[in-house]
Amino acid sequence: MFSFTVRSFFQKAVTLFFISIISFLVVYLAPGKPSQIDPLNPRFTPEDLVRYRKEFNLDKPLHVQYYLYYKNLFTGQLKSWKDNRPVMGKIRERVMNSLWLFIVGTLITWSLSFPVGISAALRRGAFFDRFSTFLAYVLISIPGFFFAYILIQLVVKVFNVPVIGMYTFGMAQADIIYRVMDRIWHMVLPSILMALGGIALLSRYVRAQMLEIIHQDYIRTARAKGLSADAVYYKHGFRNALLPFITMFGLILPGLIGGSVIIESIFAWPGIGRMAFEAILARDYPVILTINFISAVLVLAGTFISDLLYMVADPRIRL
Amino acid sequence: MRNNLSTGETSRDLPEEVSRFAEAWRVFKKNTPAVWGLVIFIAFFIVAVAGWFLTTGETPVLDPAKVRLSEKLLRPLSPVNTDMVEPGDRPVFGIYLLGTDDLGRDVFARMMQGAWVSLTVGFVAVGISVVIGIILGGVAGYYGRARIKFMHVLCFIAFFASMILLASGRKEPALDLFVTSLLLATVSAVYHYLAARGGAGPRPLDFLFFDTFSVDTLIMRFVDIMLCFPSFFLILTIVALLPPNIYNIMIVIGLTSWMGTTRFVRAEFLSLREQDFVSAAKALGLSDISIIFRHMMPNAIAPVLVSATIGIATAILTEAGLSFLGFGVPPPHATWGNILAGGERFIFDAPWLMYIPGFSILTVVLSFNLFGEGLRDAMNPKLRKR
Repeated sequence: MFSFTVRSFFQKAVTLFFISIISFLVVYLAPGKPSQIDPLNPRFTPEDLVRYRKEFNLDKPLHVQYYLYYKNLFTGQLKSWKDNRPVMGKIRERVMNSLWLFIVGTLITWSLSFPVGISAALRRGAFFDRFSTFLAYVLISIPGFFFAYILIQLVVKVFNVPVIGMYTFGMAQADIIYRVMDRIWHMVLPSILMALGGIALLSRYVRAQMLEIIHQDYIRTARAKGLSADAVYYKHGFRNALLPFITMFGLILPGLIGGSVIIESIFAWPGIGRMAFEAILARDYPVILTINFISAVLVLAGTFISDLLYMVADPRIRL
Repeated sequence: MRNNLSTGETSRDLPEEVSRFAEAWRVFKKNTPAVWGLVIFIAFFIVAVAGWFLTTGETPVLDPAKVRLSEKLLRPLSPVNTDMVEPGDRPVFGIYLLGTDDLGRDVFARMMQGAWVSLTVGFVAVGISVVIGIILGGVAGYYGRARIKFMHVLCFIAFFASMILLASGRKEPALDLFVTSLLLATVSAVYHYLAARGGAGPRPLDFLFFDTFSVDTLIMRFVDIMLCFPSFFLILTIVALLPPNIYNIMIVIGLTSWMGTTRFVRAEFLSLREQDFVSAAKALGLSDISIIFRHMMPNAIAPVLVSATIGIATAILTEAGLSFLGFGVPPPHATWGNILAGGERFIFDAPWLMYIPGFSILTVVLSFNLFGEGLRDAMNPKLRKR
């Protein structure tokens, strides 16, 4: 266990180092200079340009810029080029907003996928199975923003509630109960949309896993000794089918940043994905790189957690 | 016993030999959604090719770029207004099959052109990723055990650093490093030449040619690194920083999606490498290239085909997502993604501008996904003979 942890940390540190180099090169070597973001601005004189380049170390050689960037990142002194605020502070603020969507979306995903997947597996070939399979394919095939607009039209017309943004402007003085309802209505659509793709994939996975389990010998034994169907499927079957999903707890971590750019842009949700998009538009390299770096850390941390969980859950695994 | 084995008598007792393709087709055609997927796949292909013929040339039959400001936001199937539109500018049959958009362009013509462009984006992107995936996966699977010498690492680092310095505009040190890397390459070439000619025994410079890590480690670590990037965000970053261009989008999507193929091909090659027919091919003295491409690749191609089919669907969706954010295929070209993204502003006034491309993308991507999954089942040996 200890040796696995040490080995894994070492490997992941090396991976992270290369990721930092590659993402730095991708961003810094792309054509176009951040100092030319607004060339038509009359107030942006050549002297300003020189000052700008000096201020953000853009006049130094590339490896020095790399060193300075990561030094600033780890000492917490990294500033956004756009508004000169600390990058980590900005990100923390936005992550808190995204976290709501992420948590609610994940809860929806996990609480819907299991019943759907298990029912589909137990009724293999029946209407429900074929229907849910087809629906899962529809959900992964539909362009996310198109589906979002269909849902927006529907919700706005039927329920007549505002859905764009995090809360309705001017609600700050309202009664607490209205404020809570307002927040919930604003959160419903984006979190459902974030969950849908996950439901489609996870329920298919649950179904496949469950199908494999119910053909095992010990299920036949359980059935043969006269247990009720529920006891067979949920006590003997489901418990064993759960094993791979323990590992998936680790793998949902990166979804916090990765999956939200489009959804947050549609709903004007001030989250991390939208901030990433704004940073790309403004060529705010420190923010782009930091978000990239954090999401790489999340991926690596996620795989590490899932390896550990697997080891704890399944005594047969010795890493 | 002996008789039975020797002549044609036995062939009647044995089950009839079925080709792999026929067997796969037998399983595949039982899967109704997958068959529908294939039908739509073929129909889409025909539409896309027809769209290319009808919308290109000097005087295209369907002109997707013709702006008719008097004919804005017409409903589908509305006839052309003959008072306002010149005869040459009218759509075929004098009717807007799918309506017009906010500039009075014929949506039907744009959809036809978009079918071709979307198909091209999907195929080229997946083509790039499959080629990279097959090469890297094949090398990792076939030559994986070979170890890279320290000298080669040095040589590569010098070359890579010189390229970076060149790109950052520092030509002097870049040139120095480039010459160094050439020098190192020459030295190692001479070393290997001498090593191949001379027998065993120590040679000068041996201390620079110790083994480091294996080829397999190198390639698979690189795959791991690439998998750590959030793919849509990475694509978006690169596409946004590069000048807007349809080829950039294809290339970027291709360059960021080869990791799955690499893993499949490597896994297949690792198991194929140990099989008798590969040993036989080696014993016959076939070249490595011939063994890899003539003998091993046909056996490893099934999962690649499946992931390529699904990859095309993903690429079309990615292009639509990029279009929505304003970084998709830039204007003269219409794609289903940018028609959809452009229709977003008229969601209440002209809903067909969103629903037509939206449901077209849904149908095509769904058919690719269903077809791909059907293909996976059909090629899965576990599911045969059932």
